[in-house]
Amino acid sequence: MNWKGILKKLKEYPAIVGFVGIVIFFAFLSDRFLTLSNFINVFRQVSIQAIIAFGMTLVIISGGIDLSVGSVFALSAVVMASVLKGGSVLLGVLVALLVGALLGSINGVIVAKGKIQPFIVTLATMAIARSLTLVFTQGMPITGFPSSFRYIGRGDILGIPVPVIIMFGIFAIIFYISMFTKLGLYTYAIGGNETAAKLSGVKVDKYKIIIYMLSGLLSAIAAIILTARLNSAQPTFGTGYELDAIAAVVLGGASLAGGKGTVIGTLFGALIMGILNNGLNLLNVSPFYQQAVKGIVILIAVLIEREN
Amino acid sequence: MKRFIFVMLVLLGFAFTAFSYTIGLSLSTLNNPFFVTLRDGAIDKAKELGIDLIVVDAQDKPSKQLNDIEDLIQQKVDLIIVNPTDSDAIVAAVEEANKAGIPVITVDRGSNGGKVVAHIASDNVLGGAMAAKFIAEKLNGKGKVVELVGIPGTSAARDRGKGFETELQKYPGLELVAKQTANFNRAEGLTVMENLLEAYPDIDAVFAQNDEMALGAIEAIKAAGKLGKIIVVGFDAIPDAIEAVKKGEMAATIAQQPFLMGQLAVQKAYEYLETHTIYIPVELQLVTQ
Repeated sequence: MNWKGILKKLKEYPAIVGFVGIVIFFAFLSDRFLTLSNFINVFRQVSIQAIIAFGMTLVIISGGIDLSVGSVFALSAVVMASVLKGGSVLLGVLVALLVGALLGSINGVIVAKGKIQPFIVTLATMAIARSLTLVFTQGMPITGFPSSFRYIGRGDILGIPVPVIIMFGIFAIIFYISMFTKLGLYTYAIGGNETAAKLSGVKVDKYKIIIYMLSGLLSAIAAIILTARLNSAQPTFGTGYELDAIAAVVLGGASLAGGKGTVIGTLFGALIMGILNNGLNLLNVSPFYQQAVKGIVILIAVLIEREN
Repeated sequence: MKRFIFVMLVLLGFAFTAFSYTIGLSLSTLNNPFFVTLRDGAIDKAKELGIDLIVVDAQDKPSKQLNDIEDLIQQKVDLIIVNPTDSDAIVAAVEEANKAGIPVITVDRGSNGGKVVAHIASDNVLGGAMAAKFIAEKLNGKGKVVELVGIPGTSAARDRGKGFETELQKYPGLELVAKQTANFNRAEGLTVMENLLEAYPDIDAVFAQNDEMALGAIEAIKAAGKLGKIIVVGFDAIPDAIEAVKKGEMAATIAQQPFLMGQLAVQKAYEYLETHTIYIPVELQLVTQ
């Protein structure tokens, strides 16, 4: 590929360009930023948001939205935590995955079969799952787990943190699904034109349920990681995560109208959000300005998208 | 006959409640162990005094709290205990209660207007200063300190920060190298501390404006292999933090006594309904073991 070809290719992934730009920017301002340990640190922090955002990517490509991810995250975490307290790590992890997948499929069934807008459905399940989390925990955190469980959050293999390995594993799976499977193809088709997809024989309902189930499942996986990192499951876990995930997906080039978006884009979208948090902390920028900086970056990114 | 007994029981019930007081308790949030404990203290005292306590949760939304309090006014409760989500936003609700002739007691956060018969709180500014003093003593007045700030704009974050920073200035050897928000949240405490450890590897002490952030910071310090080298001071003395202090992972936490605050609020409400008023600060204590 020649120079122009590369440039053209890069234009398709503005998130990558944005990521590199922000990295260079912070590298100039802080000598602590461009170190291996800080990059491992950023990837470990981003892993949780990115995993949720991968699920959100499929949902958004299909023309939907999942506002319940943060609450599903919290409920899977606390239910798992109570099982972990009983001693079994494997059972705890399985329970978390089950809770996530179950809540996700409930979203999917109501969206597909009830023909209700995903925004409303997941807004409702977001509230319900949060409420169940509070009832379940009585507002108290659940703390203290076996060290084998904590390995998921704290361990590393050859210097690479386990959460980062899990994130890339899931990235590979979702990338494969979106590019090379029927599920991926139909996800784009449904988001592009649902009626056309239906007329050409796609079982739209079935695929929608699978997509939302995956979103719930990935939220649960992210919840397992954070719980293991913190050694604690909190009833407040995941508040606002839906917005972070949506921001990452949109930064990655997806359209909220559906039919457009990539998992690679989302990965870099999540990295941009993570690197912003990290850089602003490193530079000790006043907390009062930090949200504005993030908002401006999102706006600029979306404006660049529109240019394309 | 059965029906007659039922009717009598209901009437008896009514007669019974008519003699006891009904008090409304409007809490800012039950999404935080601190306020859950405060509620438990209030319920405990109400049971003891035979008071009917109606608890409502504003979910940290000033608008919901206004509705909650309007509902309590409609129910004609004898007194309303409010733990405001925000000291300014609560004024409208307090004034409505005033207009309806229902006395108001505020807990933890005050109201910046309207008539309040009593305010029950611990002194956050003093608590922040206690933390700075403790760190200064531990470090012999010399070292690098970072501060984890709560939700920007909340009175707790403001007051604890003010007390801490004012006291810290008395020790020229102590340098506040960074001040970053982790929104009173444990998960954010972890990530912000990780970032700060990257930026300032030679931190000597951390003051977190609540225990949740302190506990998150401790996980970051542990992962960096610096446990024991950095002094962490939290605020609130929630059970997890007391556990961490016992294990020696956290140097100290400033104890507020939410259970006592809840109990005291109901106690003072009862006294007010029977007689009349005062300002009662709940003492803070430094928990170091």
